[in-house]
Amino acid sequence: MTQIVNLSRRGFLKGSAVAGGGLVLGVSIPAFDVVGNPVAPPVGQLNGYVRIDTDGAVTITLTHAEMGQGIQTALPMIIAEELEAPWSQVKVVRASALPEAGMAPAAPGTGGSRSVRANFDVLSRAGAAARDMLRQAAANRWQVSISECTAREGVIYHNSGQSAPYGDLVRGASYLSPPADVKLKDPSQRRLLGKPTNRLDAAEKVDGRAEFGVDVNLPDMLVGTVRHSPVWGGKLSAADPAPAMTIRGVREVITTEDAIIVVADGYWPAKKGLDALAPEWASGKGAKNSSARIDKAMSAALKRKGAAVVNEGNINQAFRHVSKRVEATYEVPFLHHATMEPMNATARVEGGRVDVWAPIQSAGRARHAIAEEFGFDINKVNVHVTYLGGGFGRRIGMSFIRPAIIAAQKTGRPVKVIWSREEDMAQPMMRPAAKVRMKAGLNGPGLPVAWDARLVVPSISEQLIPGRVRDGVDQISVHGMEVLPYRLDHQRLEYAMPDAGVPLGFWRAVPHTYNGFFVESFIDEIAAATGMDPVGLRREILQPGSRHLAVLERTAAEAKWDKSPKKNHFRGIALHESFGSIVGQVVELKISDDKAIKIRKVTAVVDCGVAVNPRTIEAQIEGSIAYALTAAMYGRVDVEGGAAVQSNFDSYQMVQMADMPKVDVHILENGPIGGIGEPGVPPLAPALTNAIFAATGERVRKLPLIDSGYRFA
Amino acid sequence: MAFKIRVNGAEHDVDVDGDTPLLWVLRDNLGLNGTKFGCGIAVCGACTVHVDGVATRSCSFPVEATEGVEITTIEALSKDGPHPLQDAWVAEDVPQCGYCQTGQIMAAVALLSQTDDPSDNDIDAAMTNICRCGTYNRIRAAIKRAAAAM
Ligand code: FES
Ligand code: FES
Repeated sequence: MTQIVNLSRRGFLKGSAVAGGGLVLGVSIPAFDVVGNPVAPPVGQLNGYVRIDTDGAVTITLTHAEMGQGIQTALPMIIAEELEAPWSQVKVVRASALPEAGMAPAAPGTGGSRSVRANFDVLSRAGAAARDMLRQAAANRWQVSISECTAREGVIYHNSGQSAPYGDLVRGASYLSPPADVKLKDPSQRRLLGKPTNRLDAAEKVDGRAEFGVDVNLPDMLVGTVRHSPVWGGKLSAADPAPAMTIRGVREVITTEDAIIVVADGYWPAKKGLDALAPEWASGKGAKNSSARIDKAMSAALKRKGAAVVNEGNINQAFRHVSKRVEATYEVPFLHHATMEPMNATARVEGGRVDVWAPIQSAGRARHAIAEEFGFDINKVNVHVTYLGGGFGRRIGMSFIRPAIIAAQKTGRPVKVIWSREEDMAQPMMRPAAKVRMKAGLNGPGLPVAWDARLVVPSISEQLIPGRVRDGVDQISVHGMEVLPYRLDHQRLEYAMPDAGVPLGFWRAVPHTYNGFFVESFIDEIAAATGMDPVGLRREILQPGSRHLAVLERTAAEAKWDKSPKKNHFRGIALHESFGSIVGQVVELKISDDKAIKIRKVTAVVDCGVAVNPRTIEAQIEGSIAYALTAAMYGRVDVEGGAAVQSNFDSYQMVQMADMPKVDVHILENGPIGGIGEPGVPPLAPALTNAIFAATGERVRKLPLIDSGYRFA
Repeated sequence: MAFKIRVNGAEHDVDVDGDTPLLWVLRDNLGLNGTKFGCGIAVCGACTVHVDGVATRSCSFPVEATEGVEITTIEALSKDGPHPLQDAWVAEDVPQCGYCQTGQIMAAVALLSQTDDPSDNDIDAAMTNICRCGTYNRIRAAIKRAAAAM
């Protein structure tokens, strides 16, 4: 039930982002935990606002973090559509997680490709409620029935020909109660949603005005940098601050249980100060950890029976009757997020109140964590969300906030703590490594009827949300493998979670990145085992009439799959569902004898149910492809001595302009609204390795590709 | 040490160690935050500025080497309204998170100042800045759009 409240005449809005006359409606934006479970809905608490001013300007508070995914444009589009607000009149202001006079923290958390799909309904209703209140205000003024008043582009019209712009009606509307129920537009009447719309934040991002976390500047502020124990879980045992204090500009060396923070007049002296120190760390047994040890533990787990996730049909019996068996083992390594903006935060602690400015995906939760850890009154903790220079799941938790608060407390001045890139990569929350052994049994015509998989993935949940581990199964590790879109009479999935002893986290598309690679590569192997066409096989085993099948057909059609590619060009296909959307991709490439790959084109089809902003959808698919291509070609974090080996963009390489393929995106709208920030990632790696197989006959079962001698041409 | 440095047409006195990278002088001393920090080792390009019109990675350019040179940052790319490349960037809806984009634009401006109609190969060779969000295809389109408009 959407709660919409008229706040226009309440004094407490003074000083808040939506203060000032006009019509102000508040709504409850649902909050979710990091994996999408709704958390304590803020009943009676409001955290999203729409204001219409007497000059007709529409201001919408942004409750979610903008990290490139385009929600700063998409969310207001949803409101403006129902409100019939002229798009050029719509302004967005960022809400901060401050409980202003009884209002809930406006920070439901941003992740899981959830911002648009989870708020579509509530924002639509808020827009519609405001529109109907303006219609009612016009009806009252003209002494006619509301049913005779229509809203269009910021003006209410009456059948008689009278009209009034929104600005003239907001005062009247501000005395009305929001309607108990609203009628949303029929999709065919939408005028903004579905139209490619340019981002509202582009202009300030091309001239340097956009404020990221690293750009926060407060009066009297100092700048610090931090080094945590490079060995995960290690502690600081000793550090002589003297060498740092001789560096000009250094103000303070602060030691904590597991870190040193150097605070100075600027980042450079802080960094020089930190580099001058020779801290001693008590690394403990964590220092014995290595990629070799983890790999051994994972391989051992692969040989043992795991916890049951899926057991349908009778797998053992089924295998006795199959005509052919296919078996393969796949693996992927740990990965860094490598957000373009390194981790950072700024804190000011004053009179029992703490203000934090940070590029953060989990501002609401951070408030509570700050209050708890530092003993502040929750009502005196404010988290201001800046632009995020990339998020991808890394910007959650306290790791990058804690040093700033400690430094601000210690120095009595506001402090911005910026991590070096090396620190950013030394203290990651890595995409877990994963291994799988898959077996399929095929019937006479070559279709898989039995599917048996054993998946070994160190658990993210165990570290971040223990409640998500049930009966030995980390739900977050198995998504994308437990429910397959293919018709299989007999399916078994077992799972094991060896302790990797490394920090893990949510990485754009999370388990779908590896499970998509495993499943879609193996389907290609099954097709190859009997010489079937990879599209033909999928067509046979996808559910008739399903969205998946429609995506497959459209992807094949757009890629002209039934026509031979150009000479020496080869193609691979994959499709995967994640976060409520289904994406199909065809990679077309050329490859030289010495394994130099030139990707000519990626054709992508996405069924995201409802296309709010097609321009952003295209951009997200393009970006996801670049992100996934980096991982497929280069991505690997090694562990040595209990620490990450790759430490900067020289050793942790990224796809560049010259490597980026042409991307061709097509959109389908065949179901309920799905996410768009992540679903473009999973299909790329298998479509690419399937194309490599088509070209060379070599099946790549282990990423990254550079480890098998491949490179970009 | 005291240095005189010319940034965006004005002279500034800064008092920092000579090894301080230009990036941090711009950001922490002059308050010019449009130039970003990404890697600190001249690999990512987020910190790109112009030194006498040449695209330069300011994280690896010490302030002591700035004597007698003219530095231009994103803030002063054009005096009257947006630069044609900035217009093209907006028209092509290039930025995602946006963090790399000021550096990308500085690199692109330098490219167009040398090659008014760059080929795809020219763009590949000149545009080596990293964009973690993967906006490369739109950057390419924006450069071509701006080249056509200029
Ligand atoms: S910060 Fe200078 S190149 Fe990366
Ligand atoms: S737009 Fe995010 S790194 Fe380029």
